[in-house]
Amino acid sequence: MDIQVIIENLPLYLSGLWVTIQLVSLSLACGLVLSVPVALAARSRNVFVAFLPKAYIYFFRGTPLLVQMYIIYYGMAQFEGVRESFIWVVFQQAYWCALIAFSLNTAAYTAEILRGAMEQTSFGEIEAAKACGMSGPTMYRRIILPGAFRRALPAYGNEVIFMLHGSALAGVITIVDLFGAARIVNSRHFVPFESYIAAGFFYLCVTFMIVWLFKIWEKRWHAHLRPRESLGEKPAALAPTASGLSD
Amino acid sequence: MLDLHGYLPFILKGMVLTVEVALLSLLISLILGFIGALAKLSQSRIANTIAGLYTTIIRGVPDLVLMMLIFFGGQLLVNDIGFRLAEFSEAQGLPFNIGWDYIDISPFIAGVATIGFIFGAYMTETFRGAILAVPRGEIEAGYAFGMSPTQVFLRITLPACVRHALPGFGNNWLVLAKTTALVSVIGLQDMVFNASQAGGATRQPFTFFLVVALLFLVITGVSDVGLRWLNKRYSVGVRRA
Repeated sequence: MDIQVIIENLPLYLSGLWVTIQLVSLSLACGLVLSVPVALAARSRNVFVAFLPKAYIYFFRGTPLLVQMYIIYYGMAQFEGVRESFIWVVFQQAYWCALIAFSLNTAAYTAEILRGAMEQTSFGEIEAAKACGMSGPTMYRRIILPGAFRRALPAYGNEVIFMLHGSALAGVITIVDLFGAARIVNSRHFVPFESYIAAGFFYLCVTFMIVWLFKIWEKRWHAHLRPRESLGEKPAALAPTASGLSD
Repeated sequence: MLDLHGYLPFILKGMVLTVEVALLSLLISLILGFIGALAKLSQSRIANTIAGLYTTIIRGVPDLVLMMLIFFGGQLLVNDIGFRLAEFSEAQGLPFNIGWDYIDISPFIAGVATIGFIFGAYMTETFRGAILAVPRGEIEAGYAFGMSPTQVFLRITLPACVRHALPGFGNNWLVLAKTTALVSVIGLQDMVFNASQAGGATRQPFTFFLVVALLFLVITGVSDVGLRWLNKRYSVGVRRA
């Protein structure tokens, strides 16, 4: 192992790490914003309303991210209309293409997660909301969506990690992210082990950080699901009613 | 719009390769997942640690990075070991050369090995959960009949855990099939690679990549039907609400 090469190229790796973090957080933010209306529309009872979002989710979940990125980065240039319009400024740049592809991809996965979480809302909650006289939008805003976000948290954590790993594909279309940095180091010095292991190490660190963050969030948002800790040192036999009523 | 200029057989040839890579790496991942699950559930602390490291590291690093590592690094490693062994046998005056000459690891082998290796980690988790999901009573009943631990595993645990493993297995397979697209990056001529060639030659990249996307939907769609059938078959006799 030649650590020296990695130390020499550390600035390159760190700038790559920054690009990766930027790409992932921007696309996650865009994807999350996009996923809520998609999930709501996919739940619609109206077949015509539900068809398009469902097809969108099916397409983006059923095809590889690499192909989606290629369709946007290489594919868009096929159309003269795109090449001559002002949008070409966006589709010309690898960075924007990657961002668009990642956002659309994660939006589809997130929408599916949210849809599943909304399906699981217990009937009692909805009936209670209706009994309180809430209108549809109010019920969604106050009851269904908050509960769904909470239930979706573990699955969304997996999706964030999936997006981080998927973002390595950006390195394939000339973006110097973490993977792109490793590629450059490998081709300059021909040190495949060191270059890719270093990149893998950085990815592993970010993955652990995401896992840790989601653990904290889950602890906070799922506080009501945790088994109750006993209050004080009293033996259980002295407080039989409290434990009986608490569930 | 979908005028392929006679490139359809070319793309389909790539699709055959994609399916080959997917099935072969599935086989490897099943074997690795099986071994990994047994290692995680075994009493041995060393086996636990190794399996734990395997699943943690693989699931924490992007598949593309691992693929590059195995494709470029594996090549170097294999040849380095071969060269050193050859040197060693020459220095020790061994009657034959235990090393080997320069080996070219083909992108096919590297791709299959990497994808199998990666999904072995996911399969490990799936199988571990499935084995743990088999009711304790069934296993105890096996012992009560006087079966040996191996017999209990082969006759009771294994058949009973298939049902619990199927949903996770199905998910892993669908992700695996999509991951095979990455082999085009290391130069394997799968359908993504062929589509970029055809797209470049005809100046219609959008058309060809769209066709490839649709072909992937065909693969996942067919798998979905198969998995549903398997699920139904293995859930016979399970009470449903």
